[in-house]
Amino acid sequence: MADASSIANNGVNVAALVAAREELTKAPAAAQFKWRAACEWKDGTHSHSTVEGFYGLGQEQHHKRTFTFDADHPELFASEDKGATPVEYVLVGLASCLTAGIAAVAQYRNIQLRSVTATLEGDMDLQGILGIDDDVRNGFGGIKVTYKIDADAKREDIEALVAQSQKRSAVYDIVTNPTNVTVVVD
Amino acid sequence: MSRCLCERSIDHVVLERGEVAHTWRTERWDSLRLLTPNWQSRLPGVGYRGPDPDGYRTLPEVIDFITAYAQAISAPVRPHTRVTSVRRAEAGYLVRTDQGDWSCRTVVIASGAFNIACVPGVADHVPRSVTTFTTQQYRNPDQLPAGGVLVVGASSSGTQIANEIHRSGRPVTLSVGEHIRAPRMYRGKDLEWWMDAAGILDERYDQVDDIGRARRVPSLQLAGTPDRSTLDLNALTGIGVRLVGRLAGITGSGKAQFAGSLRNMCALSDLKMNRLLNLIDEWAQTNGFDGMVEPSHRLPPTVVEEAPPLALDLANGEIRTIIWATGYRPDYSWLELPVFDRKGMVRHDGGVVSSQGVYLMGVPFARRRKSTLIDGAGDDARDLSDHLALYLRRNSA
Repeated sequence: MADASSIANNGVNVAALVAAREELTKAPAAAQFKWRAACEWKDGTHSHSTVEGFYGLGQEQHHKRTFTFDADHPELFASEDKGATPVEYVLVGLASCLTAGIAAVAQYRNIQLRSVTATLEGDMDLQGILGIDDDVRNGFGGIKVTYKIDADAKREDIEALVAQSQKRSAVYDIVTNPTNVTVVVD
Repeated sequence: MSRCLCERSIDHVVLERGEVAHTWRTERWDSLRLLTPNWQSRLPGVGYRGPDPDGYRTLPEVIDFITAYAQAISAPVRPHTRVTSVRRAEAGYLVRTDQGDWSCRTVVIASGAFNIACVPGVADHVPRSVTTFTTQQYRNPDQLPAGGVLVVGASSSGTQIANEIHRSGRPVTLSVGEHIRAPRMYRGKDLEWWMDAAGILDERYDQVDDIGRARRVPSLQLAGTPDRSTLDLNALTGIGVRLVGRLAGITGSGKAQFAGSLRNMCALSDLKMNRLLNLIDEWAQTNGFDGMVEPSHRLPPTVVEEAPPLALDLANGEIRTIIWATGYRPDYSWLELPVFDRKGMVRHDGGVVSSQGVYLMGVPFARRRKSTLIDGAGDDARDLSDHLALYLRRNSA
């Protein structure tokens, strides 16, 4: 634990987050955000996605630049392996969300982080997506996330960071709870 | 509050829709016991005088206690009087009831926070073949058909009811959301003894970091077990209760979906419990208790199976009953004042409501952490009657 005379610096502007929370408590309409992505098929199972604009605080917003993502299937699937698989993107999403949360909570609790790494594994029985067995789901049977964290804190406090991060994680919620998905053809 | 007002000779009536202790008489289950020990379930001037100060009052004993107290202080109760509305009037407030109207200068809302059992919206999709009860409707296992039971909610009510029903021979699946685990006994003393001694129950609403959140936490997962055992999730899995995550949805075809976050829910609860025990240990050390009580220890972590079920078919006959142990909310349908926040809760500052001369008691952390406990009524009543008396003096015509 950073002692009273030093302030942990994990690079998270907690003051801004706390201020935002206070503002949005008074103006819940401004808290309504929309996150977006666009995707274009390239060839085979290869597609190219972009993320640029989102909506929040009552107006359209833009990232500093357009982010791009290639997704594909591996050669084992008779594909070209031009990008990570979509399910691997989900693992990346989960890892990033939880890791950012750990940094934010650590900052808020004045815990200095030295290093945080996560390894993730999602198991999948292909009989689901290949339609071989109806009792097998398409998605992951389970996801295991293992964190290695080096920080100025007792083990109990580090575990608390990780637990709190899950509690407030968007992707963790998306993955562990049902979400309505509507797909339409224009 | 009535006792305080009597002491100050402030003219008042206590309106009660049924008989004194109505909710205890009619809306709780048979085997319920208070989760606070007898010595602590006290009201000003009347402590516990029985043979078992460390025991936990049964429902009939609670009813007797409150009824006797009302008589002892000669509280001016008007029973069988249902308030239909409270609104502003010329010199204060107009209280309309089914027994006539009252004009008054001040109003104390003491109807509690546990009037209406909360039932999640997904309940609409429960198949008709499944019987449902809220904790308000549940009385004992004999009401239930034979067969499996899904208990939704694992705080104090949910765990007690799950325990009772499973022991009646009806296999229980318990859906676990946010809950606050706590040992019944710690280092040889009742947990409530520690919370009282260490001043945790006396913590004031204006001393707490996030009072909004503190007021929304579920009840401690504690039960008034006669043998003082801890009725936590490990105790329940120990007798064969199956744990699943928070109920996240019920599909149109009657499939219940549970969140995949059970492991973290339990981890969070264990961490919170350990923080409380750390606080207790620090207090014990600072106040010289270390040599006088059993040494510090921690409970084993909550055991969660490798892959808890994420779904349950409610339509295939495996589950015959659902118990909604998903909390309560207050009924303010009769309160016609502009005092509500956007979530429908009454806006107040430590029990002083935002409408002049109106006071609120008995809601979670109203003024102190113990505000919802029987033991909390005394101090809150003292403070609020002070404020009320001053208000009347300043505003006398």
